[in-house]
Amino acid sequence: MAPFHAVIIGGGGTGAAVAHDLTLRGMKVTLVERGELTSGTTGRHHGLLHSGARYAVKDKESAVECIDENTILRRIAPGSFELNDGLFVALTDEEAAYSHELVEACHECGIPARRLTREEALAREPNLNPAVKLAVQVPDATMDAMRMPLRFFATAKHNGATIKPYHEVVDFVRRGNAVSAIRVRDHTSNKEYEIGGDIFINAGGAWSGRIGAMVGVDVPIRPSPGVMLAVYGRLCNMVVNRLHASGDGDIIVPQRALSVIGTSSWVVEDPDNLGLPEDHIQMMVKYGSELVPAVRTAKFRAAWSAARPLIGPRGADTGRELSRTFKCFDHIDEGVEGFVTITGGKATTLRGMAETTANVVCQKLGFPVPCPTRDYVLLPHTAYYA
Amino acid sequence: MTERDIEFKVFRYKQGGAAPAHQTFTVRCDENTTVLVALQDIRRDQDGTLILRHSCHHASCGTCGMRINGREELACVVKVFELGTPTVVVEPMRNMPVISDLVVDMEPFYDRFNAAGMPFIRESEYLEEAEVAEGLETYMRCENCIECNLCVSACPIMGTDPTYIGPAALAATWRVVEEPRGLDSRPLLDWVDSQNGCWRCHVAYECNEACPSGVLPGDKIMSLRRELTKRKFRRLFGR
Repeated sequence: MAPFHAVIIGGGGTGAAVAHDLTLRGMKVTLVERGELTSGTTGRHHGLLHSGARYAVKDKESAVECIDENTILRRIAPGSFELNDGLFVALTDEEAAYSHELVEACHECGIPARRLTREEALAREPNLNPAVKLAVQVPDATMDAMRMPLRFFATAKHNGATIKPYHEVVDFVRRGNAVSAIRVRDHTSNKEYEIGGDIFINAGGAWSGRIGAMVGVDVPIRPSPGVMLAVYGRLCNMVVNRLHASGDGDIIVPQRALSVIGTSSWVVEDPDNLGLPEDHIQMMVKYGSELVPAVRTAKFRAAWSAARPLIGPRGADTGRELSRTFKCFDHIDEGVEGFVTITGGKATTLRGMAETTANVVCQKLGFPVPCPTRDYVLLPHTAYYA
Repeated sequence: MTERDIEFKVFRYKQGGAAPAHQTFTVRCDENTTVLVALQDIRRDQDGTLILRHSCHHASCGTCGMRINGREELACVVKVFELGTPTVVVEPMRNMPVISDLVVDMEPFYDRFNAAGMPFIRESEYLEEAEVAEGLETYMRCENCIECNLCVSACPIMGTDPTYIGPAALAATWRVVEEPRGLDSRPLLDWVDSQNGCWRCHVAYECNEACPSGVLPGDKIMSLRRELTKRKFRRLFGR
């Protein structure tokens, strides 16, 4: 009989990884998600398994998290990645000069990075802009953005976790200063009922501010959407990044027989109302075709928006200035017991986010079990349905 | 950008509730609005109890398969205006148990699909002239099939014979026969060489029409038949 019951709110990658971690540590775990699993931000990003190089110069903490988790995920989720590495491509003299700073910063963060000549870069990726000056090769990869997290759900479920999609939290039940239960509506039957527990974990990502507000705590989250564009045809095999400080339209991620160009960044209040600015779609074509000219003539497949859950104060402008690291908040600091929030971060760091959260949870409950997820190979995604 | 009100007739069903029925919603759409976005807008602004499956929003994950105006489609890549109808009818996929609203139970799909045992990663055939980057053995990519179930929903045989292995699992089987990647394909060929295997297909090719990923399951079924016929002849002549 498990000593504690953890209830997780949010069925994205973070919630999946927290469910997996706490189940392995021996807790009873229930996860609720208002819609389909991975229907928020998780499945909708461009599918990049970060090497960390994107953050190496300006956000070292995120960069180190990325390369650590990149290495672990390759080990525990084989078959979920197109492991073709990534290139950072310099198109101007200024960008070529910046390559020294990038390679040095990568090495400081433990990210393998190697400079390639123009000829070497074009031999590997013949569709690159022929004006390429040089490139830097790093261990980026493409992930299956939906199926990789689904493996955490599958494994958690087979180890005893209860996963409840289409269950929306409509209220929190308090006993004294502690959260003691959630009231959920089961959208498959329109029935409402309560789920009691010892600890409640807000893993709502871009929606975590809204969940926090239901409990009366402030989660400093800034839903920060970006637009992505998918075109027909695999225009490259490696992930192609622009070698400059983070900006709009600076990445092309090949995915199956599509190429995904991302992304832009702005800040919204309502993560359910992102919109799809037409000028951002045009921006993806413009900047994407600077990296790989064939983007301009490739056939359109889809354009969409997804909201990053960035941690930051209100008043943040574009979201680019905010760190991409993650944070676990224990809301006892605001006088609420039994309620923690994990937010920020990104798909690449889902397992690390879960480890940090589970450590906080175990410490709160006086249940000292070490994290078992670093070497635990996940079941295939198909096991979720079997 | 022009905007127009479009009527959506959406299949509704809740377990233990009233009999399934269509409910009508009016949604303001523009040129970029997809059926998926319109359904999310309904959920946000009109009825928070409407449920559907969706994830990647660009035809890469295969979760938002449904029937739109009677055709099997991924809702994320169908633009409302391009349908050209003042009313858009949205229903769950066929030949699958409906859990609620537009959500079907994918378990029967995976019961069949898993039997093929197809690896999900293959060698990338794109840019064959490209030199593989140092430190890598070969360029790899995910298989084309996104497990959306649209071919199963569209298949006329699936509707009458639930024992049929069906187009998705047969196409996955062909991938193993075509490119075994270390697997033994003989037991799989035995499995599909049966009345509910590749000989059950009536060559309607509805699956090819429905597939959003260019897998062409119908062609793969014919490839299996050819392979099995060759195998029979080889056996007949003792080779």
